[in-house]
Amino acid sequence: MKSVVIIFPGSNRDSDVSYAVEQAFDRPPATVWHRDTELPDCDLIVLPGGFSYGDYLRSGAMAAGSPIMREVVTRAEAGVAVLGICNGFQTLTEAGLLPGALLPNRDLKFICRNVHLRAEAGRGPFQGGYADGQVVSFPVAHHDGNYFADPATLDQLEGEGRVAFRYCDAEGGIAESSNPNGSARSIAGIFNAAGNVLGMMPHPENHVEEAQGCSDGRALFEGLARSLA
Amino acid sequence: MSVAETAGEDIAITPELVAEHGLSPEEHRRMVEILGREPNLTELGVFSVMWSEHCSYKSSKKWLRQLPTEAPWVICGPGENAGIVDIGDDQAVIFKMESHNHPSFIEPYQGAATGVGGILRDVFTMGARPIANLNALRFGSPEHAKTRHLVDGVVAGIGGYGNCVGIPTVAGECTFHPSFNGNILVNAMTVGLVDQGRIFYSTAGGVGNPLIYVGSKTGRDGIHGATMASAEFDDDSEAKRPTVQVGDPFTEKLLIEACLELMATDTIVAIQDMGAAGLTSSSFEMAGKGGVGVELDLDRVPQRESAMTPYEILLSESQERMLMVLRQGAEEEAARIFEKWELDFAVVGRISDTGRMVVTMHGEVVADLPIAPLANASPEYDRPYVEAPAPAPTPEVEHTDPMVALSTLLASPDLAEKRWIWDQYDHLVRGDTMQRPGGDAGVIRIGHNGKAIAVTTDCTPRYCAAEPLQGGRQAVAEAWRNLSAVGARPLAVTDCLNFGNPERPEIMGQFVGCIRGMAEACEALEFPVVSGNVSFYNETQGAAVQPAPTIGGVGLIDDLAHMAGLALSETDDVVLLIGETRGHLGQSLYLREICGLEAGPPPPVDLATERRHGDFVREVIIDGLVDACHDVSDGGLLVALAEMALAGDVGVEIEIAEGGPALNAMLFGEDQGRYLLALPETSAAAVLQRAADANIPAQRLGRSGGKGLTVNGVHTISVAELRRAHAGWLPEYMASPST
Repeated sequence: MKSVVIIFPGSNRDSDVSYAVEQAFDRPPATVWHRDTELPDCDLIVLPGGFSYGDYLRSGAMAAGSPIMREVVTRAEAGVAVLGICNGFQTLTEAGLLPGALLPNRDLKFICRNVHLRAEAGRGPFQGGYADGQVVSFPVAHHDGNYFADPATLDQLEGEGRVAFRYCDAEGGIAESSNPNGSARSIAGIFNAAGNVLGMMPHPENHVEEAQGCSDGRALFEGLARSLA
Repeated sequence: MSVAETAGEDIAITPELVAEHGLSPEEHRRMVEILGREPNLTELGVFSVMWSEHCSYKSSKKWLRQLPTEAPWVICGPGENAGIVDIGDDQAVIFKMESHNHPSFIEPYQGAATGVGGILRDVFTMGARPIANLNALRFGSPEHAKTRHLVDGVVAGIGGYGNCVGIPTVAGECTFHPSFNGNILVNAMTVGLVDQGRIFYSTAGGVGNPLIYVGSKTGRDGIHGATMASAEFDDDSEAKRPTVQVGDPFTEKLLIEACLELMATDTIVAIQDMGAAGLTSSSFEMAGKGGVGVELDLDRVPQRESAMTPYEILLSESQERMLMVLRQGAEEEAARIFEKWELDFAVVGRISDTGRMVVTMHGEVVADLPIAPLANASPEYDRPYVEAPAPAPTPEVEHTDPMVALSTLLASPDLAEKRWIWDQYDHLVRGDTMQRPGGDAGVIRIGHNGKAIAVTTDCTPRYCAAEPLQGGRQAVAEAWRNLSAVGARPLAVTDCLNFGNPERPEIMGQFVGCIRGMAEACEALEFPVVSGNVSFYNETQGAAVQPAPTIGGVGLIDDLAHMAGLALSETDDVVLLIGETRGHLGQSLYLREICGLEAGPPPPVDLATERRHGDFVREVIIDGLVDACHDVSDGGLLVALAEMALAGDVGVEIEIAEGGPALNAMLFGEDQGRYLLALPETSAAAVLQRAADANIPAQRLGRSGGKGLTVNGVHTISVAELRRAHAGWLPEYMASPST
């Protein structure tokens, strides 16, 4: 299994996610620079968290137009697994690989804290991670994580089983009080129609071992490793 | 405009102009003596920043020499961009704390943001990758009209910068007092990690070597920031807004990556960030340390605005810029790396053997200054001082119900939970945060073999105001204690000394007293000062801040398996108190918040006792005997116990022997040198035995369990109720409409 992490100049969780991938895949991912135009042969492409180009424009907007993204879109359309976390999720929506947009948080402040998430049925290569309805804890760390899409798109995402994670309370209950950023229908992560592209705001890569306070994120990477083996 | 005009050569240097530059007539006289002529305006500007209090330490140098700066593990003490300490395995940590008080008051978001940017540069300029940020914030009274706006802006600015750059902000403190109404304190600290073979210094050398400018372009922002930080505020402090710089964390991130990439090659002779006083300060310091000269061509400096004068280019404090001396011939390799990161890169001069700084623009010399007298022979003052009068004894007070007092204290501004703040800081990026904000110290792991560093910032300004000597000791002792309480071996400190106007003898007396106390504590605890910063003139219209010598402490954990946190998470643990409780209420938060009195002497700090108790606690943690540990400081014993219960969401019952001092004095007194330990029954017996053998006061207070906090079976309150008090204050305050 070969994986690739795309490095934008302002990426800052690239080493975090590389570590998590390496733990699950038993080999470190290759890194590809944002100005490169070609991707090596790979089974998984990761867009890491950070502030790709400073995000002074809409988060991820400039990254979506970077040279390497044309190749990422091509591979995604050909069925290669793509995981975008935080800034990576923002970039995937800006690049049109996932619907909707990530608006500034409801309280207009950066939020870094652990949240509970309810995993829904996985799709494609992401099926092996969590049971449908399983409650897990990952941290969030973002300023623009408020997921927005029009009602028809949200209905479609729900109808097609494309919601990957929702913010919830410790028991899995969905309520505005457990929605940290105002996301529509408490959506924290979504799949594309084919199920090979996952974008999510929370950071599973920061909860991969007990020393980090929780290891719930590990299963996501291990599930990927099994599916892609 | 002619060259002569741009250099300001035709502008007469009047006494008014000298005074406007913050220089005394005597300093002007010395300047003329060094030059052998009257300086031109550009040169006057250069002198004024180099000899400003901020850059020259002219009022503080004499006293800073009292601080111990050496230990076998210290690789580099004060004098460089930051201090360096050995952490074994050929690795070192590089760290420093710096103030950005004046700019943050005027423009809180940008002032705080650029404070973070500046301290990051001080650390990565030495070759270290920054791995942790901390900050110590002091605001005015919550009721003051400006406070809410300042808290909001400062916190957002710190987060906005650190989050984007991708360095976790893992610890700090935030307190409130009316003495900060007109001058807030924003002290930012960065810790970086470096391989010992890859440390870079700022000593320029090698005649003919190119001088390289990298980073952002130079604009007109921040001109005379260092001079602003060397004067007190008056009615027009708002008019100083243009001297506050604007931060660009994305460029900083690029600069970190580009510099570290270049540092992995063998091309850099010396490197220095352009901080306060910009290009002037950095080139002078580098050449001064190397005993060489420098030729600087301002036409080659990347500029953001047109028609800038030499005065403006030299004194600009535009952010995210670095100056380097490269080996000859290495320009191309360096340029390639900076092109990759899309940063400006320019050869702006070269090293000479003249010992002078010769600045040219449009082919003409616009400044020609001897470096050694300027860089090394800046003024040094022995300012008159009067020692602070001994505080009056603590008055007798009426005591209230202890649980009402506890919940009031936990909801008071200084003790209330600061989650509203640290939620806005990315404290997890890089994935190595082993203890998050809210504990005694932040902990960041180093690699994956169990090694970690612990970091903290501490100071109790009300103690320093009441009795500077004890306050200075206590600031150091508390930092040392916070590191010991997580099981770390304290290594060294950086300090950020925030005081009022040093030209007033009573302020100088506070400074001298605090330094003396710090020096004693650093000596006794083998906790040397390796870097630091002095910020004077934190006063407005004659009202000074409470003195605040903030201490940033760094400690080493060898094995994360034996680290302690403060959370009381196990039920049926025994709770032990290490240290002696005498019920000292002078300057306590109980006295201030419950009795409405800021009075009495602060608790005395016995340094030998501190050392013995801290060494004992660290040992039992490292030996794996302890489930949780917390030092007892602000608010006293019951507040510390409540913080442990809140962190672990487990209750606790304790017994306090009555018959001595009043119960509330025992519960809320702030006697020093104390720790709470929670541990299983079997370990408790062993720890009590070891304490008895070592003659360390240790007593069994009670047991964890249940959902409430109970004292002597009769005074009780639920953890849930304590949580409402503790967690509620700050978010409610920030959400309420401005007054």
